[in-house]
Amino acid sequence: MAVEMTPASGVKSPSGSRADGLKYVKPWFTGNFFTALIGGGIGYAFGHWLGNAIASGYSVTVNSGYNDVAVYLSLLFGIVGWFAGLGALNYPIQKLLGLEPLDPPKSEKRTFWEHWTYSSDHKVVGVQYLFGMLLYFLVAGLLALGIRTELLSPTYHIWAPETYIEIVGEHGTMMMMMMTSVVMGPFGNFLIPLMIGSKKMAFPRLEAASFWFTVPSFLILLSALWQGGFQSGWTGYAPLSIQGGPGQSDYDVAFMLMAFSMILASINMTATIINYRAPGMRWSRMPILAWGLITTAFTMLLSVPVLVDGLYVMGLDRGVRTAMLYAGHGGSSFLWENLFWFFGHPEVYLLALPGFALTTELLPVFARKPIFAYKTSAAGMIGVATLSFFVWQHHLFMSGMNPDMRPLFMLTTELISIPTGFLYLVAMGTLWRGKIRLEVPMLFLLAVFWNFLWGGVTGVYNSDVPVDALVHGSFFVMAHFHFTIMGQLMFAVFAGVYYYVPLLFGVRMNDKLGKISFWIIFISFNSTFLPLFMIGLLGQPRRVFEYAVRLQHLNQWVTVSAYVLGFGILLYVINLVWSLAVTRTPSEQNPWESQGLEWQVGYPVPKDNFEKIPVVLRSPYYYGYENPGPIADLDPSAERVAVVSGGDE
Amino acid sequence: MAASQQALAERKQDDRRRGWQIFAVWFVLVVITDYLVWFVWGPHMPPGTMTNTAAAQQFDFKVLTAMVVPVLFMVWIYGGYVLINFRAKPGDRGDGVVITGNRKVQGIWYVASTVMVLFLAWFGTFELISNNGIGTGGGPSPIWKPNVKSPLVIQVIAQQWRFTYRWPQFGGMETTSLDLPANTTVKFDVTSLDVIHDFWAYQLGVKADANPGVNNVAYTTTTSQLGRFTVRCDELCGIWHGAMYNYGHVVSRSAFYSWAHQMQVQNAGVTKLLPPFSLTYTPSYSGAGGGYYPSYDPNGSTQTY
Repeated sequence: MAVEMTPASGVKSPSGSRADGLKYVKPWFTGNFFTALIGGGIGYAFGHWLGNAIASGYSVTVNSGYNDVAVYLSLLFGIVGWFAGLGALNYPIQKLLGLEPLDPPKSEKRTFWEHWTYSSDHKVVGVQYLFGMLLYFLVAGLLALGIRTELLSPTYHIWAPETYIEIVGEHGTMMMMMMTSVVMGPFGNFLIPLMIGSKKMAFPRLEAASFWFTVPSFLILLSALWQGGFQSGWTGYAPLSIQGGPGQSDYDVAFMLMAFSMILASINMTATIINYRAPGMRWSRMPILAWGLITTAFTMLLSVPVLVDGLYVMGLDRGVRTAMLYAGHGGSSFLWENLFWFFGHPEVYLLALPGFALTTELLPVFARKPIFAYKTSAAGMIGVATLSFFVWQHHLFMSGMNPDMRPLFMLTTELISIPTGFLYLVAMGTLWRGKIRLEVPMLFLLAVFWNFLWGGVTGVYNSDVPVDALVHGSFFVMAHFHFTIMGQLMFAVFAGVYYYVPLLFGVRMNDKLGKISFWIIFISFNSTFLPLFMIGLLGQPRRVFEYAVRLQHLNQWVTVSAYVLGFGILLYVINLVWSLAVTRTPSEQNPWESQGLEWQVGYPVPKDNFEKIPVVLRSPYYYGYENPGPIADLDPSAERVAVVSGGDE
Repeated sequence: MAASQQALAERKQDDRRRGWQIFAVWFVLVVITDYLVWFVWGPHMPPGTMTNTAAAQQFDFKVLTAMVVPVLFMVWIYGGYVLINFRAKPGDRGDGVVITGNRKVQGIWYVASTVMVLFLAWFGTFELISNNGIGTGGGPSPIWKPNVKSPLVIQVIAQQWRFTYRWPQFGGMETTSLDLPANTTVKFDVTSLDVIHDFWAYQLGVKADANPGVNNVAYTTTTSQLGRFTVRCDELCGIWHGAMYNYGHVVSRSAFYSWAHQMQVQNAGVTKLLPPFSLTYTPSYSGAGGGYYPSYDPNGSTQTY
């Protein structure tokens, strides 16, 4: 056998079958978050020194007193130092030296400390992602409250104008960057191997790196706040972004790091789902979450490199004055708009698709019915992902770029409604004649459909050119994408976290508190964002700190609702943290009576997930069948494995 | 299996009955709501009818809303019905009925959604090319434009953080306020001196990005409605983006001409210092641009005015 492709390979440490002539070594040291900070600090200082040594004599530096080369180099070397401090470079350097590194042994019992280390265990990475993403989300959410506070009054200002723009940009960028991984990170890494019957993800080291890219990305982006921020918002339109100070370079590098994280995570996800499915886990039996994540991963792989290109160009323009995005010098500000939205539009579906996949995954459990039109559901997601590459210019309907092509982009944009509609068809069919259990996760799932409906139908207004002339760049658009992303993705995540906490941590969240927090979040979310449609239609542009006096009451209403929304989310988080740290109410195994393979292993999930690679016997959605039988044979005999994996049914 | 066959048939009949119930409620509510949308709310929908492009936006908005209402009600009524009728009773841990698909329902859904979407795309295209979308930035030479021989030309020059207006038909003068005559077709040549801005005249139904080095053209035709309109920057352009707005007026033709001539006389001293009228201006030549590419600018001249 030339290449070992069975899912079991690579699970055991190679110590059992050591080849002669190789020199095996342990990692030189085990890094953690704190050694990474130290390494990052050293790298940062070195890069800064180097940048000053190179470029302090440049006329631009002398004239402006500000050295962008030093900023970029300090961040780049800081990242190298960060990964060296984590111990991520042990493996490749040992390999380069001709040594054969040994993987550190996996621990049987989860410890708190290992979540601070560079772990390649998919369950540890999943939990790291979960808390990382929650932290990023809460910080960015807090910034949103800062925006709303400013908008309490059209004339009286809480923040200085530059501070206001900083907060707006930070909020937008942090949410749009980080939340791309809010499903794929925690749920993808933790659950996908369990769902498809694998002992591991395909590339554990890439997996670890994908998480540890998000942390410096977050820290660098946050650090922009006290370096003057960036005034260009999350879209970073040039040449405004070329004007900016060091905060803009932070935006550039932070976004780039997050792009690397997304690329690594999606490579890992694609490889895992294609290659590591257990015998019998056919494409037609695959959990819909796996369908959603592989679709998302492909979309990421094709779109995120374009963002990397754009950020690279921006870095060159800022650092060494290449003028690619600058109109007066042979460049064009249209170039950035194209590169950015060619990534940016698929990106918003990278946010929406995993939310839908998660929703569709959990819906049958609470409807107690199989998924209605399973294939339509997968086709819908693939359709959305495919079309997402053909619509980007609808962000530029007013730009004057390529105006004759607007009918085409109008068509492609409208077409997206068809596959998106499939997801509604699937949900509505799944609920028909079910035995709907209105438990807390189900409430969030139903809210997803309520919220996304608003987001979906208002998308139609944005795609119609004459109407877009009214709503483009206004609060209407802002409300539209908050309904599709926050109202859909984040509600799905709230459902998912509540649902999977028993499997991840063996505890239940408090149902009463869960219901209270749900109703507060749901009502205040709608009360926050529905009036924003009106505010936009009445003429308030986005990202302004002054607005028409006649809109003050609506804005105040929205701000108060936003505070309540923040309180509701806080309540949800308190419920989570309290359940994990204080009450620790033990959960029964499989409290939701799910048939999914991920629930068959039970809590605590064994270190290798499955003793043997299971043989999957049926789809995980056999609710309502009289004798569904087990979903998988967890202890298959050798003959059975051979038959199932070799057979063609 | 006769019993289950019979149960299946009964269920089918029951499905049909429930389906008609939902449809009836939906149909009545949609007819009422669409009537209200079109005749009661519609005439008040933004951005009003001050110009033909604003009226076109209002008309399109009404059409889309009338089409969106059935979709909203379909999901709401269906969802409410399902939650009331198919909710598990307390203590009932049983499962629902196995339904993995329904060719007829799925087929109707696919066809209906496709028809609706294609109609929307056709409608949008039709509106755009029949000159209802001329208020949007149509690039340097729009192919869909009003058939008017000599519109009133106004160049909108955006810079951080204000708009100025240049009038080639009035000796190339530049003003900081904007008055428009009633019943006139106006051509806006929108450009920027530094970063990307957006010229949004809300009540006029005009919105066009102001790109540096690019001329972006938008048209509108004022009606006999006189009054004030708001101009806002609608593309993030830096820290004072929120303060980048001013107001304009649609006035009678005679009032407009007297205003314009007064401005021409008043600004004559400034006008002769301005660079010659052109569709775009290089920032270093005009002295704007924030000095980012200063004296070594290969295209520009160090001369400042």
